[in-house]
Amino acid sequence: MSDKIGNVWVFAEQEGGKIANVSLELISKGRELAAKLGVKTEAVFIGNNIEKIAETLFHYGCDKIFLAESPDFEPFTVLPYADIINKLVEEHKPNILLFGATPKGRELAPRVASSLPAGLTADCTDLKIDDFDDKVNKAFYKNKLMQIRPAFGGNIVATIVNTWKDPQMVTVRPGVMKLVEPDPSRKGAIVKVKAQVDPALKILNVIERAQKEKSVNLQASQIIVAGGYGVGGKENFKLIYDLAKTLGGDVGSSRAAVDAGWIDHDHQVGQTGVTVRPKLYIACGISGSIQHRAGMTESGTIIAINNDPDAPIFSAAHYGIVGEINSVVPKIIKAYKAKA
Amino acid sequence: MNLSYLVFVKQVPDTKNITGEAMKPDGTVNRAALPAIFNPEDLNALELALNLKDRFGGKVTVATMGPPAAAEVLRQSLYRGADEVALLTDRAFAGADTLATSYTLSCFAKNNGKYDLILCGRQAIDGDTAQVGPQLAEKMDIPQICYVEEVLELDRKKIKARRAIDGGFEIVESALPALMTVINSNEPRPASAKRIMKYKKAKTRNELLTLHANAAYTDAEFLVKEEEELKQKGLWIHALSAADVKADIDRIGLKGSPTKVKNIESVVLKSSEMKKIEDNEAGIKFLVNELIKEHILG
Ligand SMILES: Cc1cc2nc3c(=O)[nH]c(=O)nc-3n(C[C@H](O)[C@H](O)[C@H](O)COP(=O)(O)OP(=O)(O)OC[C@H]3O[C@@H](n4cnc5c(N)ncnc54)[C@H](O)[C@@H]3O)c2cc1C
Repeated sequence: MSDKIGNVWVFAEQEGGKIANVSLELISKGRELAAKLGVKTEAVFIGNNIEKIAETLFHYGCDKIFLAESPDFEPFTVLPYADIINKLVEEHKPNILLFGATPKGRELAPRVASSLPAGLTADCTDLKIDDFDDKVNKAFYKNKLMQIRPAFGGNIVATIVNTWKDPQMVTVRPGVMKLVEPDPSRKGAIVKVKAQVDPALKILNVIERAQKEKSVNLQASQIIVAGGYGVGGKENFKLIYDLAKTLGGDVGSSRAAVDAGWIDHDHQVGQTGVTVRPKLYIACGISGSIQHRAGMTESGTIIAINNDPDAPIFSAAHYGIVGEINSVVPKIIKAYKAKA
Repeated sequence: MNLSYLVFVKQVPDTKNITGEAMKPDGTVNRAALPAIFNPEDLNALELALNLKDRFGGKVTVATMGPPAAAEVLRQSLYRGADEVALLTDRAFAGADTLATSYTLSCFAKNNGKYDLILCGRQAIDGDTAQVGPQLAEKMDIPQICYVEEVLELDRKKIKARRAIDGGFEIVESALPALMTVINSNEPRPASAKRIMKYKKAKTRNELLTLHANAAYTDAEFLVKEEEELKQKGLWIHALSAADVKADIDRIGLKGSPTKVKNIESVVLKSSEMKKIEDNEAGIKFLVNELIKEHILG
């Protein structure tokens, strides 16, 4: 076994010629991990006619791209993608392999991990390099990837380590890793990979596909006004929309409001929704469960409006207003309009 | 059609309804105090299999890997309409991560029957990883259809299904055998009262032994006879060990698991310094001014 550590790899996901945000977040994070290990950050980029958008990955810190292009890669199906990744991993032996915890990443990564085989940890919310002193098995591992993830419905956070040979594989939740400032002058190398897809891998075919744009992309929002079960009904959500519009922001929600059918799931913030980090987050009638907080505590400033002075959301807030939504929200709209 | 469906299910602690009683004084979750339930999306997978049986015929086998008590989800599967059930239970299975779990399940699927379709729930609520389905498909060397909402067509050779993708759906066609992971997109049928009456008596050997542990006459002949009777009535829950499913001992349980838990912490909600704002015009005006001054609002 050689002592040389492999590089940090990111599976760069794209759809219709657009790179997924989470992949750029992973390049940003991957570069930080690579710097710590003294290795390079590299991406596997698979699709059809995507070379022209590849350079974006360099801007975020990627050093080299393994590019595989073929009409067989569109639309996405698991087997051809897994095959390319497997072969590249066998050949280049990366130390770490990161996937976004998107629907695609979550079905592709386990397929790859199973055939290598390699350990895989799902839905990480943090990654670090550290040593692992396994006292139970009397083994010491240097410079391992600490794979940090919530478990048990979000009530606990576990740190998991892969103790087998590399790669150390994880999927990472979109929105949790900070994007670095892109540097458009940054360059890197593109390595074209032979992308001959074995007909045996085409035994599953996509016959029809229907996709609509997300009704909102909260991960890009600077101001979010979020409504919870305390909003009280679908009609009353109008007040939340009014406040968001007045402040130039977007509307978020808790799961309870989504489950009640008052608002679409695209708006849900939290462990099973999106993770956001806006400048301003206003939580209206949201109690502040662990799962909701998992998606919003990184917000710059948090305002909580709740009629229960003991609501847990207040312990996450910078400003708290104890009161009825129907009383507080119109006052904010009025005060802001008077200023602006 | 004599198709055979294999559904893998899991018994999980009910993490959705963590009540005060399940919290220890230090704020951590007392797992033992959580009720054990049928993993919700596995019920959707079972429902889909039973629905396919209703529409296209065939036989539904349900299997789970777990401690002896997991026999309960198998009984619940029988109540809903499963034809046959199996419990994979062995101390050597304990501590398995998703890789070791999928290997163990694949041993059962390969060595204990021949299946056209394998169904799993998308994910289990204790870990939420969604990894076992795709890993099992890889181990079986068959295609996977993840996030399935419904099956449109099925014949001996292929399946056409609708699955969820980001922001929409996709209709895919795949050769059989194949594996599907199923999402919460159907209404699982309730247990049938008639089937409960019959199948509540279904037992594993372990349960049969426990039942007679305190009886004065624990002679083997009597037990063998009772086991034979249960089998004849279809009330026997097969319990299989690692050896029974021909699993390689190095690939199961802790030993077969590359990932190790380094440590676990309860989530401690951190408190911020909060400024209290009064719900009156002066209070709100102060707040809005602060936000503008800090350039948080434009
Ligand atoms: C595995 C798992 C994943 C989850 N994922 C998520 C997730 O991603 N996102 C998420 O949000 N939740 C999630 N949840 C659910 C979460 O546990 C809570 O149930 C949910 O966040 C509660 O939503 P809520 O705060 O809107 O409702 P509630 O808890 O019912 O709170 C309503 C609040 O409104 C206040 N209120 C009522 N009337 C008024 C009024 N007139 N004026 C002002 N205030 C009022 C009440 O005092 C209360 O605090 C998850 C749960 C589990 C188990």
